[in-house]
Amino acid sequence: MYPADLKYTKDHEWVRLGGADARVGITEYAQKQLGDVVYLELPQVGRTLKKGEVFGTIESVKAVSELYSPVDGEVTEVNSALVQRPESVNSDPHGSWMIAVRVRGESGDLLSADQYTTLTK
Amino acid sequence: MTQPASGTLKKTPLHARHRALGARMVDFAGWDMPVEYTGIVDEHMAVRTRAGLFDVSHMGEIEIAGADALKAVQHITTNDASRLSTNQAQYSALTTSTGTFVDDVLTYRLADDHFMLVVNASNIIKDFNWISQNIQGIGDAAAVNTSSRYALIALQGPVAREVLQTLTGVDVARIKYYWFSTGEVAGVRVTISRTGYTGEDGFEVFAPPSAAERVWDAILQAGKSGGVVPAGLGARDTLRLEAAMRLYGNDMDETTTVLEADLGWIVGWKKEEFIGADVLRAQKASGTSRKLVGFEMLERAIGRHGYDAYVGGEKAGVVTSGTQTPYLKKAIGMAYLPSDRTAAGTEFEVDIRGRRTKAAVVPLPFYKRAK
Repeated sequence: MYPADLKYTKDHEWVRLGGADARVGITEYAQKQLGDVVYLELPQVGRTLKKGEVFGTIESVKAVSELYSPVDGEVTEVNSALVQRPESVNSDPHGSWMIAVRVRGESGDLLSADQYTTLTK
Repeated sequence: MTQPASGTLKKTPLHARHRALGARMVDFAGWDMPVEYTGIVDEHMAVRTRAGLFDVSHMGEIEIAGADALKAVQHITTNDASRLSTNQAQYSALTTSTGTFVDDVLTYRLADDHFMLVVNASNIIKDFNWISQNIQGIGDAAAVNTSSRYALIALQGPVAREVLQTLTGVDVARIKYYWFSTGEVAGVRVTISRTGYTGEDGFEVFAPPSAAERVWDAILQAGKSGGVVPAGLGARDTLRLEAAMRLYGNDMDETTTVLEADLGWIVGWKKEEFIGADVLRAQKASGTSRKLVGFEMLERAIGRHGYDAYVGGEKAGVVTSGTQTPYLKKAIGMAYLPSDRTAAGTEFEVDIRGRRTKAAVVPLPFYKRAK
């Protein structure tokens, strides 16, 4: 279920490394826990993020959750189309990227698809 | 995120059904309850357009019986129970001496001298103790906590009547709103009440716990072709909020009075006395400083329970309930505001995680079904 070309965090974000910028979203497990997503708040382009820092909020009918950056870096792009159609996070969580980040330093400490699958069992 | 339910929680007689249906379970007032099966939006829309089946067996029942049962019920509840015929129900409140809510309840008149209060799951023990203490000295009236004797299943939505009719010899169309009848559903002896917490037409069925699965299965089977789906507490909350039905612990509690909650219509003003009557009569005469209102967010955001409300830059109230409604597709909610700021159209701000966000007072309810 969890694509092998993505890395994962214990906070249920995924990150696609490789290429100039990493892309970040939330996992199938996270969307299922949240239920119907209705709002998404994302940061401004140019913001510097530390790994583990809150970069936005995602809100479902039921609850509000914070979004945590899986890496250190600078936000280079924000998926504003997703902000307009946040329900896509439910239908296609691993295809719904939220921000692109120019990663600084080591990205280490992320989980593989297998490790994440074990974590969410 | 919500923690998975633990093993120490209470289970309703339908617990195994929820698990089998793949529900997401949560701890609700100490009960392991289904919050959603396929999703809150799906289930909400099913109830507005077809029907949903809810397990609300966690709700409590407290029966009061004896020659002086009416006198006892009149003393502890705000509404006028003398107006109830046998087989009729009314929305009411248990109040403290200051007119605040011990709980909100439905009062059922089972017989001349026998009443049943349906109470919130979180308040069963508190209510039972409160009632027992406060009916002492009222002559021949005794209270019994009969919560474990009933499973409660709610079928709500426009097709509820025709679906239920296929399973019972009772002419359910003849049960009027807020009346009830006894009879059989799927061969099980039950009480069928035309009540609900969704703003739709529907029924609540009180069944023996041992036969709850039989009733549940029969309704789902009978409703299959009509699109009846199981619905969880998540949809129950968004549905009741659209209909502006109050939720104890969110919209009112022991710190808010019946009139502050804008529920003056559940007070029997012509009654002689009841606990809290003096305070409520005084508030009726001179008004309250704050009042519960409905609001809509004017910006894209949800004002949720506990968020502060600001008027003219000053903290002036608090949001008690808020959600994005699946049917109206708007962010709505209820809040306590200063009474002079409660006219429809009045703008105020909600502090949403540090950001002041615009909202406006709107009339309640947000949703009213077409009759």
